[in-house]
Amino acid sequence: MSDLVEVRAGVYHDSVSLMRVSQAVTARPGVTVAVVAMATELNIGLARDLGFDVPAATPGDLLIAVRAGSPGELEEAAAEVERQLAATGAAPGPADRETPPRTTRSAARSWDATLALVSVPGEHAFAEAMDAVAAGLSVMVFSDNVPVEQEILLKDLARDNGVLVMGPDCGTAVVAGAGLGFANVLRPGPVGVVAASGTGAQQITSLLDLAGVGVSHVLGVGGRDLSAEVGGRSTVQALRALDADPATELIVLVSKPPAPGPARAVRELALSTPVVTALLGPGEDDLTAAAEKVLTALGRSVPRWPSWPAPGPAAPEPEATSEALPLRGLYSGGTLCAEAALIARSAGCAAGVFTDFGDDEYTRGRAHPMIDPALRLEALAAVGRGVVLLDVVLGHGADADPATGLGPAVARAVTRGVRVVVALVGTEGDPQGLRDQAARLNAAGAAVFASNAAAARHAVDLCSG
Amino acid sequence: MTSPITSPTTLSVLNGEPRVITVGAELLGEALDRQAVPRRRVDWRPPLPGTAAALAAALTDPCRERANEIAVGRMLAARPRLVGVRPAREALGLEPGTFFHAGPPITWERASGPLRGALIGAMLFEGLAATPEEAGARLASGAGITLDSCHHHGAVGPMAGLVSPSMWMLEVVDAEHGGTAYCSLNEGLGKVLRYGAYGPEVIDRLRWMGEVLGPVLAATLERTGPIDLRTLIAQALQMGDELHNRNRAATSLLLRELAPAVVEAAPGHAAEVLRFVNGNDHFFLNAGMAAAKVSADAARGVPGSSLVVAMARNGTDFGIQVSGLGDRWFTGPAGVPDGLYLGGYGPGDANPDIGDSTITETTGLGGFAMAAAPAIVRFVGGDVSDAVAATTSMYEITLAEHPAYQIPGLGFRGTPVGIDVTLVARTGLLPVVNTGIAGRVAGTGQVGAGLVSPPAEAFTSALQALTDG
Repeated sequence: MSDLVEVRAGVYHDSVSLMRVSQAVTARPGVTVAVVAMATELNIGLARDLGFDVPAATPGDLLIAVRAGSPGELEEAAAEVERQLAATGAAPGPADRETPPRTTRSAARSWDATLALVSVPGEHAFAEAMDAVAAGLSVMVFSDNVPVEQEILLKDLARDNGVLVMGPDCGTAVVAGAGLGFANVLRPGPVGVVAASGTGAQQITSLLDLAGVGVSHVLGVGGRDLSAEVGGRSTVQALRALDADPATELIVLVSKPPAPGPARAVRELALSTPVVTALLGPGEDDLTAAAEKVLTALGRSVPRWPSWPAPGPAAPEPEATSEALPLRGLYSGGTLCAEAALIARSAGCAAGVFTDFGDDEYTRGRAHPMIDPALRLEALAAVGRGVVLLDVVLGHGADADPATGLGPAVARAVTRGVRVVVALVGTEGDPQGLRDQAARLNAAGAAVFASNAAAARHAVDLCSG
Repeated sequence: MTSPITSPTTLSVLNGEPRVITVGAELLGEALDRQAVPRRRVDWRPPLPGTAAALAAALTDPCRERANEIAVGRMLAARPRLVGVRPAREALGLEPGTFFHAGPPITWERASGPLRGALIGAMLFEGLAATPEEAGARLASGAGITLDSCHHHGAVGPMAGLVSPSMWMLEVVDAEHGGTAYCSLNEGLGKVLRYGAYGPEVIDRLRWMGEVLGPVLAATLERTGPIDLRTLIAQALQMGDELHNRNRAATSLLLRELAPAVVEAAPGHAAEVLRFVNGNDHFFLNAGMAAAKVSADAARGVPGSSLVVAMARNGTDFGIQVSGLGDRWFTGPAGVPDGLYLGGYGPGDANPDIGDSTITETTGLGGFAMAAAPAIVRFVGGDVSDAVAATTSMYEITLAEHPAYQIPGLGFRGTPVGIDVTLVARTGLLPVVNTGIAGRVAGTGQVGAGLVSPPAEAFTSALQALTDG
């Protein structure tokens, strides 16, 4: 075994780009492990745990640690690192003709923008978002781990400046036709969405799209916006803006049940546009039911939501037992995870264990599971029996081909006798293609549902035999 | 749907074509490219190590934005005018045995070669010692000697920046805010006191400057009345000066203003005075530094402001002062400039960075205005595109663009003015400083010129102090 360990001072690439570099290097022949990452405490710890001898470094340095079977293979891998890094650095956007700006502040001064999309690590997001708001731009803060005091400051200044802060931890938005963050390709239409829940909004809008109904705008507000602390600052602004938008005929508000204060603030808004509220919680409609309610309100018929039943029992039939099988939920979308857990619990399936891999504790120092499937694949491989319920979210920003990554792992699980159920959230227009992904996951042995609620109910049925 | 009854708040972002600034994960930016959404990518990097908490605290201070607006507004509005030339003992109340020097305060023990050389020369010039050895011994003993920073007295000086009671000072007044700043008279290049030389030719020149040049210029300015330095600097920038390492245009313009009055005021000395000024392309530097000082001082003392109001080096430390932090200095080790060397000198002969001339960069001139001075880029290394890149990068760490000081080559864009310590910490970009290079050994003089980077810790410790309240 040969190791290469190198620290490059002051060389920066974002974590997602570096993850792609690591993956490409790991795929080289003879390479057993490759860590190409910013030298954060977490990443240095990771490399040291892998047995690399890492010198002192700061989070502003690039860490390269590669292990290969032979010196020759290591050399090849090192060359691959260079090729990949070179490709990563040279990816300027179409508007980059000169030296790119170094802060959102200077970008806003030199270029006529309408909004900013901030996805730097959470501890640094405030500065960039503040630059945008101060420059009179609406901003989507994709970053998570942003302190709530900073969120409040941002939203107060935004209100004064007549702009909207979407986030922090806002995963999806569609503004004037542009999909930001994890965004499904949705047809234009009459429904405006205000969402404190990214995947909740993606589920509802994807189902509406499947039913032939499009959106005007999808405005994320961040998962905490309707908490007592934040008080619905962005929700109120977004609702009023959609109310004033001539293209919006009906508004959907997607959120966890709000705290009493913000709930009152929202109720007291005298809106002239009808609002359908999708509040995820015990006794409330699930997301699919909310989508159906929207269709009914628009006078449209509710279709049968697409599903692809698991192929015949190629795998050994699970052992016949009167005991309920264990249910394991492995989710990338927080709201989808919560919805599935609620459905399982209300069906009396108390034994279900649900993990949201998109939660802050799993994303600190690494990419979101919609981009990086590693943690979920590991968890899937660890399931020996019972039923596994997964979500796969399509759209811009998400994994370019999740079926290729997940398919073999699903097939292996099915071979072990595990039943796999997939909630596939997406549209026909998505770059990955809903039906193609469904067909391939289905071929791997999974039962696939366009409705997460339907997938969860199916999983519960499988558990109780 | 719009209701005629309520008056809802609209959001402009919902109408028209979206144009997006992206900062962070490139994957999300590329997703916009695939949708053909116009976007501008920010080349974001993590802030300087260890500054994240202080930055968060500083940026969430609700007063900072307004405080910086006020502070930099004053810096931009200053109208420096050259009003007179007076001896330092009179202008600054300097007593015998007291010397002002460049940079943050320093002791003889910590002083570098050029500053020691300049102090020895000043002792000889003031008649406080008969030989360099005697001067050195007295300075080392400290008896009857007081050293202080020029900046503590509304003054600045290039390189060693030495000011002693008998030296004549340019007096610059800010017609907008009423402040006054002083700078010594420029001695020319080569073996000069400010570079640490103290040989007989240095002392003789200082004597002539005190006996002839100073009084003649004083009489000249009485005839001309105040000279508008803001306008003169604006013109010089458009004539290829950056006002730190290149002052040829500014010196010529000043000479044109002064010449007739010099002839009238002192016909007997006019030729030698005009010949001296004409023979020194850097004659204007000191007037420009006083103009910069009076402008930067106008921006001092705004509570909460993170604007840098002084950058100065004493040959050992590089120090900065910040508007919202009073007269405190934040320092780090002065670096050795990277540049070109005269004659047989090389990097081994160079002293660490020295001088108050970084007051020009503090107000957006010098290295910040490099793009205005393509003629000097070779002198400080590099080509014209490096000069443009240097100026362009300084817009990233400054609060404003100067309304009067413009750069023709950048489409008459105003120079980048007003360094913000939070922007330095965020971008990791340090001010670009053009400078002369002094010899390491006392008595040597100038050995070269080039570019130097300030120490990052001066900025990070100031940022920390801002958040300590």
